[in-house]
Amino acid sequence: MTEEIIIAGFGGQGVLSMGKILAYSGIMQDQEVSWFPAYGPEMRGGTANVTVIVSDDRISSPTLTAYDTAVILNQQSMDKFEETVKPGGVLIYDPNGISKHPTRKDIKIYTIEGAKIAAEMGNTKIFNMVVLGGYLKVKPIVKLENVIKGLKKSLHERYHKLIPLNEDAITMGMKNVVEA
Amino acid sequence: MGELRLMKGNEALAEAAIRAGTDGYFGYPITPQSEVIEYLMAEKPHERTGMVVLQAESEVASINMLYGGGGTGKKVMTSSSSPGISLMQEGLSYMAGGEIPCIVANIVRGGPGLGDIQPAQSDYFQSVKGGGHGDYRLPVLAPASVQEMSDFVPIAYELAFKYRTPVLIVSDGLIGQMMEKVELFDQMPRLTDEEINEKYPWGTNGKPKGQERRILTSLDLDPHKLEKHNFKLQEKYRTIEENEVQYELIDCEDAEYIIVAYGSSARISQKAVQLAREEGIKVGILRPITLWPFPKNAIDELVVGGVKGFLSVEMSAGQMVEDVKLTVRERTKVDHFGRYGGVIHSPEEVLEALKSKIIGG
Repeated sequence: MTEEIIIAGFGGQGVLSMGKILAYSGIMQDQEVSWFPAYGPEMRGGTANVTVIVSDDRISSPTLTAYDTAVILNQQSMDKFEETVKPGGVLIYDPNGISKHPTRKDIKIYTIEGAKIAAEMGNTKIFNMVVLGGYLKVKPIVKLENVIKGLKKSLHERYHKLIPLNEDAITMGMKNVVEA
Repeated sequence: MGELRLMKGNEALAEAAIRAGTDGYFGYPITPQSEVIEYLMAEKPHERTGMVVLQAESEVASINMLYGGGGTGKKVMTSSSSPGISLMQEGLSYMAGGEIPCIVANIVRGGPGLGDIQPAQSDYFQSVKGGGHGDYRLPVLAPASVQEMSDFVPIAYELAFKYRTPVLIVSDGLIGQMMEKVELFDQMPRLTDEEINEKYPWGTNGKPKGQERRILTSLDLDPHKLEKHNFKLQEKYRTIEENEVQYELIDCEDAEYIIVAYGSSARISQKAVQLAREEGIKVGILRPITLWPFPKNAIDELVVGGVKGFLSVEMSAGQMVEDVKLTVRERTKVDHFGRYGGVIHSPEEVLEALKSKIIGG
């Protein structure tokens, strides 16, 4: 199994940390992982993206031009990454703030109301975990228990009290992802 | 099994510096390398091992602190990125001349000049052909993963002290900024002053009564004496060339074509090889792990074995390709492909170049 993912959105949405938690979850179940962020000038202007690869085998290139899955969280990223999904691949997006919806017919498209659900749960910071839940429902490449282990590893101990909230957010995401 | 962590290449390098028993790290921040000193400052290694971490006032100060520290037989290290490494060249030349061990890590970015802060491999010439003035060479290690960013630190120290020379670790913004799984090696003890004195009888760490004066210098105004010193250095470089070449062959058993690539280009090329093999093209990778000494014999064996062409893939306008050509000596086709100035080539572009420049060219 090799899953090549791009996660893209605004800076501050938790794009990089969502990728990091996914990568840590892969390590927890003994897989190879890589996490490569856009850094420097690419980040100026408010967009952030990260390429995450989770694989049973040694990972070759950490940078890619085509992905199995794109998780898209703003319009600029939609414009840039819709076309990079491999035929037969998956595109998951939060329709909040998207004016031009994806049109490709050769990929599977899902929506997850991440921003809305996080607001309803009373904490907009768990937005990225709702989206992660949506992704994991569509592509169950890592087990939920390993995500929780990954969270424990990647969060400082003083934030461990927030893990149940994050778990709830992931579960809500899993329940609410829908085919577009 | 050692401790498993998800780390950036820069962080792995920093953690490995602590664990390898470094006595002093002296550095100055520069993107895309700043996580090294940032990690070290946050980690407070003086509380873990007694290791000193100091932000110097400049790169020039850092390299000269290495001259002083390394001259006493301590394990010392710095890191920077291309423009900062250029500033250090004078110091590196002096240390090569004075035979002072140290590690200098270069997380290469686009150039020339201030360039940009994106990944590049355009410091190959500077790393392997000298960089500073005078007849000298430095062993150069090129990690291609976060794991190797950690593993190569103790290897670099071993080379540095075995041959009394600065050793370069040449990586780039891609390996420095990305995170991968890394298995950390166990903490190695820092040497005591007594151990250093015993192991390194050249260290200028104080002159007890009756001990001969120890002098570490690159200056000798007598040309005949300086020539003799140079003979000694050259002999050392020949020994390193004979004994310290490291490389990796990937999918080369049945390969008709070979991509020569190091560091992140080797990673990207591995994906290109997968794509090529899906199309039935038999291509493998020769990955130099030491850029100097360069794996000439390995290339020679591939030529003798009947390889039809070599493509040197580097994020530069074509630097390592010159060493490939020097080895192949027109016995078969050699060409270069690479994006540069901070642009990272894609696996598809590498495959396309292989087809147009080597297979069909």
